Amino acid sequence: MEHQLNRKKMSSGALITVIVTVILLVAVIVLENTMNANSMLFTVLKKAAVYSLVAVSLNLVNGFTGLFSLGQAGFMLLGAYTYGILTIPAEMRESVYYIYQGSAINFSLQGLFQGLFGTAGVGGAIGLILGVLLAIILAGLVAAGFAYLIGLPVLRLKSDYLAIATLGFAEIIRAVFQWDKLGRVTNGANMLKGFPTFSSFNIKDASGAVAVRLSAFMPLLIAALCIFVIILLINSSYGRAFKAIREDEIAAEAMGINLAKHKQMSFCISSFFSGVAGALFAMFAATVQARSFTSAMTYEILLIVVIGGIGSVSGSVLASFLYIFCSEWWLRFLDSGALPFGNISVPFFRNGFRMVVFSVIIMIIVLFFRRGIMGTNEFSDLINQTRRKAKTKKEAAE
Amino acid sequence: MMSNAILSIQDLQVNYGGIEAVKGISFDVPEGEIVTLIGANGAGKSSTLRTIAGLVKPKSGTITYMGEDITGKDPTAIVTKGITLVPEGRRIFPDLTVKENLKLGAYTRKDDLSDDINWVFDLFPRLKEREWQAGGTLSGGEQQMLAVGRALMSRPKIMMMDEPSLGLAPLVVRGIFDIIKEVNKQGVTVLLIEQNANMALKTAHKGYVLETGRITMSGSGAKLLADESVKAAYLGT
Repeated sequence: MEHQLNRKKMSSGALITVIVTVILLVAVIVLENTMNANSMLFTVLKKAAVYSLVAVSLNLVNGFTGLFSLGQAGFMLLGAYTYGILTIPAEMRESVYYIYQGSAINFSLQGLFQGLFGTAGVGGAIGLILGVLLAIILAGLVAAGFAYLIGLPVLRLKSDYLAIATLGFAEIIRAVFQWDKLGRVTNGANMLKGFPTFSSFNIKDASGAVAVRLSAFMPLLIAALCIFVIILLINSSYGRAFKAIREDEIAAEAMGINLAKHKQMSFCISSFFSGVAGALFAMFAATVQARSFTSAMTYEILLIVVIGGIGSVSGSVLASFLYIFCSEWWLRFLDSGALPFGNISVPFFRNGFRMVVFSVIIMIIVLFFRRGIMGTNEFSDLINQTRRKAKTKKEAAE
Repeated sequence: MMSNAILSIQDLQVNYGGIEAVKGISFDVPEGEIVTLIGANGAGKSSTLRTIAGLVKPKSGTITYMGEDITGKDPTAIVTKGITLVPEGRRIFPDLTVKENLKLGAYTRKDDLSDDINWVFDLFPRLKEREWQAGGTLSGGEQQMLAVGRALMSRPKIMMMDEPSLGLAPLVVRGIFDIIKEVNKQGVTVLLIEQNANMALKTAHKGYVLETGRITMSGSGAKLLADESVKAAYLGT
């Protein structure tokens, strides 16, 4: 065992990246409990966590396997609905599904677990966590199951044709979920609500006041764990096979790599994590509505992947945070009619101007970073490179 | 059929993109030898190799490898059994490092690769120097070395090479043929197809001439080299 660990030693860059991630996660807990909890910072952190997971999952299929898939919003929708349907508390169902005279499903997963552990105190918390986790995993599995079924015919297509087929799938799914006949399950075109959200994970004391706030930490932790799993996959022999398929299908096949199997695997795993991200998105928004999972959402995520660098996990994560921070927070003042400091009002700062500036920034980024901010590099590669350079410099000096 | 044939092709017919690329050919590859198929463009050489590798399904005929019928098996099974193809135009993975390229060659194996990587680095010290470089940054000759090294990583009994000299300078071509001889000396049977008939026949123990999907001539490399019609058609002398 020890021998194996030694052989698969992590590079120092990877180790530093992991440590920095852990420090940042801890910092979020500290900030959350010391700063004003209504700060915009936490809203954008939550949303960015969700987007970084979808972006990385899209990158897995587009950037690492070379399959141009645009079905991400559809898989997120499947995940969000699965999560919502399975976790709306039984007593809430009547009011949520009032148009359809109640829901076809009359239990919630956390309710089932709380039946075992009790609803109060630690038992209630365990029930909630288990129920939510199981719902998140099922959200991923449902998305992956659909991906498997549509992958069978669709993955025979290449490049643009695959993109069109997957985009079409996402649109169809969106329409189907709004269908009246499914109303008792999906609530038709109306929203699902009342299920546990991120703030359900704040630890409350006996009086019901929040003792420890974890609502921004939770999504970041889940996204970080999922992305870590994807990184492990990419660095395994499967990940190498995905890259081989991206680079040259004929050569990959000649090496004995089963193209259909590996494409399907990459597509399903990517969809699994999109489904998980869909569940997280539902928790972030506190409501689920098919209308919000448009193709514009997929394009937004595709944009993040391209800005970050196609084929770089670090790039996707970095770009998600930058993108969400800019579009939701830092550039907000452009819509408000005034500069953020002083009392200067600017006449052309009005609704929509934010998006004009944002588009210009994106164009500049794409012009100057042709292969995205990170190219195909990862944080760990950059750290290793600088360390190697510093070492050679030192040796040269001696 | 020769008794020591490791690979034996009987009446192989292959249709490729609606045309009859191979029209019923039969030949044997004796174990431990270098066998070459020569012929002009469109003679059916590549189709034959691609069919043996399982990338293309034959219309009819049988492919027997070590006494076992492997006709129509998928490429994964064929690579696992010990037949590997160095594809035309090298087709290394350009954005992956030299080492990742080599590891991909051993994709069908699940055991320890360090010995084999060292073996390939001994054969091609140049690749060792370039271990962490992206495959696409290598020169043409180095890329061909990488393609051969990658194929050897699956520990093949037969290595099939599709036009290894394509697009390389004459001096580099000589180097590639030295490599082929060296690999063969280490016990790997080589099936080689070439338009550079001169080099191929000088290197090979046995040669077959393929013309528009049919074998028109066969014999030892030296015999074919001396043949007047071969000279006229392929050697340009």
